[in-house]
Amino acid sequence: MRTIRIGCGAGFSGDRIDPAVELAEHGDLDYLVFECLAERTIALAQQARARDQRLGFDPLLAERLEAVLPACHERGVTVITNMGAANPRAASETTCEVARALGLGGLRIAAVTGDDVLEAVVACDSLVEETGRPVSELRDALVSANAYIGHEPIAQALAAGAQVVITGRAADPSLFVAPLAHAFRWRADAWPELGRGTLVGHLLECAGQVTGGYFADPGLKDVADLANLGFPLAEVPEAGPIVITKVPRSGGAVTIATCKEQLLYEIQDPGAYMTPDVVADFTGVSMATAGGDRVAVDGAAGRARPEMLKVSLGYRDGYIGEGQISYAGAGAVARGRLAGEIVVARLAQRGVPREAVRCDLIGVDALHGPALAASPTALPPYEVRLRVTARTERAIEASWVGREVEALYTNGPAGGGGVGKQVRDVLSIASTFIDRSLVSCRVTVEVA
Amino acid sequence: MTLRTLAHSRSGDKGPVTNLSLIAFDARDFPRLAREVTVERVRAHFANLFDGDVTRYELPQLGALNFVLRGRVGGGVTSTQALDPHGKSFSSALLEMEIPDDDPPTPR
Repeated sequence: MRTIRIGCGAGFSGDRIDPAVELAEHGDLDYLVFECLAERTIALAQQARARDQRLGFDPLLAERLEAVLPACHERGVTVITNMGAANPRAASETTCEVARALGLGGLRIAAVTGDDVLEAVVACDSLVEETGRPVSELRDALVSANAYIGHEPIAQALAAGAQVVITGRAADPSLFVAPLAHAFRWRADAWPELGRGTLVGHLLECAGQVTGGYFADPGLKDVADLANLGFPLAEVPEAGPIVITKVPRSGGAVTIATCKEQLLYEIQDPGAYMTPDVVADFTGVSMATAGGDRVAVDGAAGRARPEMLKVSLGYRDGYIGEGQISYAGAGAVARGRLAGEIVVARLAQRGVPREAVRCDLIGVDALHGPALAASPTALPPYEVRLRVTARTERAIEASWVGREVEALYTNGPAGGGGVGKQVRDVLSIASTFIDRSLVSCRVTVEVA
Repeated sequence: MTLRTLAHSRSGDKGPVTNLSLIAFDARDFPRLAREVTVERVRAHFANLFDGDVTRYELPQLGALNFVLRGRVGGGVTSTQALDPHGKSFSSALLEMEIPDDDPPTPR
């Protein structure tokens, strides 16, 4: 029985590159997938494209592909990625240039487009899931609307002989389902198979998260050689258990525990994991050790896919201003709190309401608030860092936060040091749904 | 004892919704987790951070629970002023939850 080997070379846009090269060279792979597109990343990419039509794809695309294409070409490994972000065609052109520069003329590169549904969602004026209000109310602030597309156009690109497939907002697991559907000739309504493929994709899509890269807790959950963490690959036969593993002698660990954490990562109902391809059911999943750093996973199921596609909406949503300052030694916490109260009062005098301002003491209560931080055995920390943030409508108001924190140097408690400040645009994400009949994808193949 | 003695956890987000897995190191401790770590206890534990519904899903064959928390106070990942916008550190807060230690944990 034929087994397909798929590796995951990136789990987010800034992920490390060396483990992908290791996979390409030593993973004996058929496919290498790079998942680089978070919800907000595509909205940022749309803004970049609006400024310059040649931009809007992943800024590390060329660097990643320069690193892996020679090994992929030599060993016949097909690359699939959503690094096209808001501009898969421009990403494809850049990939052609990279291939030619590497002496890989003739490489077939496919761009999958059609996920940009901004005009369609405005025309349908569907409701925003989070607020129940029509999309049209966001009109001027709306910067992007991208439908999560499924595996079919990617599989179509593979059928056309593409050696690199570049998408925009494809659903993360669909990047992995596509090569399996292509290799095993799964029909688009082969729900159990698509559920099984979605399990493969979900376990791999965060790359190092399943090989021990988000697991270590020294003394309790130790992971060997994290500095040389290897990225995962799956061995997928046409039917039966899949095996999650990594390149022999790479760092990290693939254990039942690392696989369980990843199985439930960013999952709501494990019985209904919805993608454009299928409603996957992980409630029957079982895991077994299959040798060192090898875990066999079986039991995923699937049922008919949703008729509506989820759409990620990006919209401008004001500003956040931030300032930070540190205090040390005895009384540091009290001085930090006093400094925060002073900044809140001064911002209120400038018209920034108290409820828009948040003060955290990093090292004390910043992550989970005072209630969870109130341990009866907690000692006062040697040092704290005050972090003040305010959400504002105008950039100028946001800039006052950092200015007022900086002014604590000569207008606040004793011994404050190390001020940092920033203002950032808030690009919020919301969701809506679109009928899949309104989303038509297109595959364009270029030869380098 | 705290949950950290018996279980491990990972948290993640989908916009304003956060999920927290809770996985027994030894599947024989799963019934104890299922008994002690109720929806009510998780809601109370995170009361200052979430004001929406809490749902619990059970995967007994994996010795795991999955909690879905809605209504993050201060907004979701893209609009919150929180230091940890994704809420990835919430797993550590869950593992701080105290449960009765009348039975020792299953030896590892």
